[in-house]
Amino acid sequence: MTAGQTPSQTVGPFFALGLTAEQYGYPFTSIAGPDLTGPETVGDRIQVFGQVLDGAGTPVSDALIEIWQADATGNFAGKGANAGFSGFGRAGTGVHDDNCFVFQTVKPGIIAEGHAPHINVIVFMRGTLNHLFTRIYFPEDAAAHAADPVLTAVPRDRRATLIATADSDRAYRFDIHMQGAHETVFFDL
Amino acid sequence: MLKPGEFYQRDREWHPPALTRDYKTSVSRSPQYSLISLQNSVSEITGPVFGHNDIDPLDNDLIHNYAKSGESAIGERIIVHGRVLDENGRPVPNTLVEAWQANAGGRYRHWKDTYLAPIDPNFGGCGRTLTDENGYYYFRTVKPGAYPWRNWVNNWRPSHVHLSIFGSGFAQRLITQCYFEGDPLIAKCPIVNTIPDKAAQGQLIAALDMNATIPLDTIAYKFDIVLRGRRSTLFENRLEGN
Ligand SMILES: [Fe+2]
Repeated sequence: MTAGQTPSQTVGPFFALGLTAEQYGYPFTSIAGPDLTGPETVGDRIQVFGQVLDGAGTPVSDALIEIWQADATGNFAGKGANAGFSGFGRAGTGVHDDNCFVFQTVKPGIIAEGHAPHINVIVFMRGTLNHLFTRIYFPEDAAAHAADPVLTAVPRDRRATLIATADSDRAYRFDIHMQGAHETVFFDL
Repeated sequence: MLKPGEFYQRDREWHPPALTRDYKTSVSRSPQYSLISLQNSVSEITGPVFGHNDIDPLDNDLIHNYAKSGESAIGERIIVHGRVLDENGRPVPNTLVEAWQANAGGRYRHWKDTYLAPIDPNFGGCGRTLTDENGYYYFRTVKPGAYPWRNWVNNWRPSHVHLSIFGSGFAQRLITQCYFEGDPLIAKCPIVNTIPDKAAQGQLIAALDMNATIPLDTIAYKFDIVLRGRRSTLFENRLEGN
């Protein structure tokens, strides 16, 4: 039997109740939040933050960002990652004054020969009917970027949209542009 | 070792397109470049795994999970239940299903929701559950009310529950909405109508399920969820997973 895929619908404006309650201060628990680290997490601790900008360049105040990444040794949770790291984080953009998402995590390791360190990202928001996949790469890994199979599948002039900028010591900025000259590369995968 | 296979491609003719002018917010929030197509890698065929430690026993009972002791949420008592399957009809076990919704009057317990309908002091409006080994899940809740929203001058959302499903890999992720059979607002909703095919829209309409109804207590609706299937992978000279 083959059934059609259940169609996607927008996450809408009120997802925080169900998905990011603790971050937003609602009296419910959350299964994940913006801080992926705990006392036992091994690795180089980093902050990754940014805004989601709509076609008018206005920061989006109701986007939901999910990240999924390998641990510092390049292993995913359930596949050999260190026990203190789930690899999954969630943040809404409706809490900070500048509508940033802010994750505390560790720099991911290399998942396989030839792959550059990266964080997988899903972007959800009101107005977006299908969630969007993108990736965050790190500016210090330029040599590895030249060989990475995903980055090299992206037209050269758009690759920079996938590379975070070093903001301060161990903090990286990654803005997500929905449209415009700097539109972020989104993947169908 | 059994290598997890890649997923079937997301059916872009079945899901809504990114840009739909009648759902106005999509205009400035839809990408204008084409998506770049990738083969799945270990980054996307893996995904977060949740367990029973992440779930409280009352988490799937929205009638009681926010109510004062001995009280319950106001509204039409319903069960929303079904299975999470993949496109090959295989159950997706132990996967997290999260739900959030308006109360019976159509009001969310969210600071941004200023609709006239009152907050129900005994209704929080969110829950979560894990599918069992057969992919089965259920929630007990109250039927959410319809509510107005700013799009055209006079748009109303049909009664709906928002659902978030993980599946077994990040590429299988799905967020959708469950509507209810018989609601005349479904056909008029610009968000439902972003889905081009009527049969695809029908997959989002939970059917009245008299057999699962609890007499004198709760009405049931059935809502099966279909995620992307996994490709067969060659393993020890036979096709795995057929
Ligand atoms: Fe809603």
